[in-house]
Amino acid sequence: MDLIYAILPPKVLAQIFVGLSRTTILFIVSSGLSLILGVLRIPNVAHGSLYMIGAFMAFTISKVFGGGDAGFWAALVGAPLGVALVSLLAERGLFQYLYEREHLMLLLLTFAVSLIFGDLVKIVWGAEYKSVPVPHIFQGYVYLFEGLPFPIYNLFLLIVGPIVAVALWLIVNKTKIGKISRAAAVDREMVGAVGINVSWVFAIVFVIGCLLAGLGGALVAPTVSVTLGMDHTLIIEAFLIVIIGGLGNIWGALLGALIFGLTQSLGILVWSQFGIVFPYAAVIVVLLFRPTGLLKSTW
Amino acid sequence: MLKGMLEGRGRIWWAAIIILMFLLPFILPRFYLYLLSIILLTGLLATSLNLVLGYGGIFQFHHAVFYGAGAYGTALILTKTGLSPWVSFIVGPLVSAALGLIIGWICIRLSKLYFAMLQISLGSLVWIIVYRWYSFTGGDDGIHGIPLPDILSSSNNAYYFTLIVTLICLFAMYKIVKSPFGSTLQGMRDNPVRCEMIGINVKRQQLLALMIAGFFAGVAGSLFVVVDNTVFPDMLFWTLSLEICIMCLLGGWFTFLGPMLGAAIIIALRTFVSTYTTYWALVLGILMALVIFFLPNGVLGYIEEKIKKGFIEPVIKE
Repeated sequence: MDLIYAILPPKVLAQIFVGLSRTTILFIVSSGLSLILGVLRIPNVAHGSLYMIGAFMAFTISKVFGGGDAGFWAALVGAPLGVALVSLLAERGLFQYLYEREHLMLLLLTFAVSLIFGDLVKIVWGAEYKSVPVPHIFQGYVYLFEGLPFPIYNLFLLIVGPIVAVALWLIVNKTKIGKISRAAAVDREMVGAVGINVSWVFAIVFVIGCLLAGLGGALVAPTVSVTLGMDHTLIIEAFLIVIIGGLGNIWGALLGALIFGLTQSLGILVWSQFGIVFPYAAVIVVLLFRPTGLLKSTW
Repeated sequence: MLKGMLEGRGRIWWAAIIILMFLLPFILPRFYLYLLSIILLTGLLATSLNLVLGYGGIFQFHHAVFYGAGAYGTALILTKTGLSPWVSFIVGPLVSAALGLIIGWICIRLSKLYFAMLQISLGSLVWIIVYRWYSFTGGDDGIHGIPLPDILSSSNNAYYFTLIVTLICLFAMYKIVKSPFGSTLQGMRDNPVRCEMIGINVKRQQLLALMIAGFFAGVAGSLFVVVDNTVFPDMLFWTLSLEICIMCLLGGWFTFLGPMLGAAIIIALRTFVSTYTTYWALVLGILMALVIFFLPNGVLGYIEEKIKKGFIEPVIKE
């Protein structure tokens, strides 16, 4: 252990762990975005709003269940499903008519939807800060690295991240819908020509992607104050992660989220006032040397 | 449409409109003058975006950065230095043009969505610096009560200043669109490969366009300082950038005056709606969705499609 501390002081190690738990949230949200971008080619700005809706739904569900442990688990299941329902309505009602249009229009339409969602959240939940209690088993701290406290809930996040990554990989690569969606991403007309209803395949992929946004929101809810505007910075971060990872590549999203989360948490050690600058600078450096992202994009 | 201003019957109409706008301070109360000034400068901002977005086909998704940079450039010189205020009105736009050159130079090697994303990243970087650097930019409070030269401190004069500068800038941009450079820009939008073949340095020309657009956005930012006396970091936030895109789209992004019209509609509507409800974003979102579905060429584009005669020039189609 002393050898490790000589290379990485405990403070740095603790900060890496903080960065990794941030990475988990970023990865879960941006992998959904990446899936949608890769298959449907929609730059979905409303993804951030769905993340926010997920967090608010988690608040409501956990409150309905009395705010205890049961409430947390119910929220973890219920909020993503609620978000999936909302996204299904949005996809069937709006987006499906615009797949052939250019990206600019799609981006602006999804921005319009995000504005609508933002105000609907304000109507339903109000503008006050909300907080979701951390369940009892995850309360408190563990003391890592010579006594630096680390919230147990964040350890839970570190476990959830890889599970989601593997599950998503299995869905995309091993299930029938995953294979069809990958084929549809490459050649939509051909897939339609062999008798598959591409429109519904797209809808399912869209819903899975948005479900991940809702899951991210439900997971982040106990660690932050749930509030309006929490979507604004997150969606930009998610887009940048997807871009530097390679559009539509799930491992790229993981890599991008790692870069983003770690540069952010370590940046704070280097320069606390402008720590948040580092991830953006990292994105710029990556895009200067690898303009189409680190890993292979599906486009 | 502006073409009509310079010849024949249309010239009289435009002259009448401009004279009317100069007479408005005698009729309108102060609030409406302020509103009109904001519409003018936002219209200028949207038109400058349309120079690269509609005419150039470049995915300039973070145009607000240049607007904010111009405003902050002007405001910082006015508050932190003893230089003549008029210097600040020139420095602001030049800061924006320089920023346009830097950001453009980094982004221009990418195309379409990648370009947009890299630009949003760089723009967010600028936003964060402005947002966090309390000692220099005032952080999230912004800068209030910026001292202006006496001649601009009355709302009438601020309106006249905005009107004159906006008209000059619109005229300049109109000339740019109609110049050989403007034709090159549209050619590069429609077929970059062929433009490259006939010996046009596409990247360099696009970079020039980005710089020009940045400059005029900076002018709009400086005008905002004159009209509103404040600057705040939200002027550089990406949501504003997309709102400007909506203005272009709503007015008609293949027409020269479309963005101005779009800005007028959105700002007037915002002021109107805000007196009744706080849910302006909801109204804007619904309006936008309707425009995207039913009026993809915007209001002016639609009108021009309907009346393809008189002094209205044909729609520029892709």
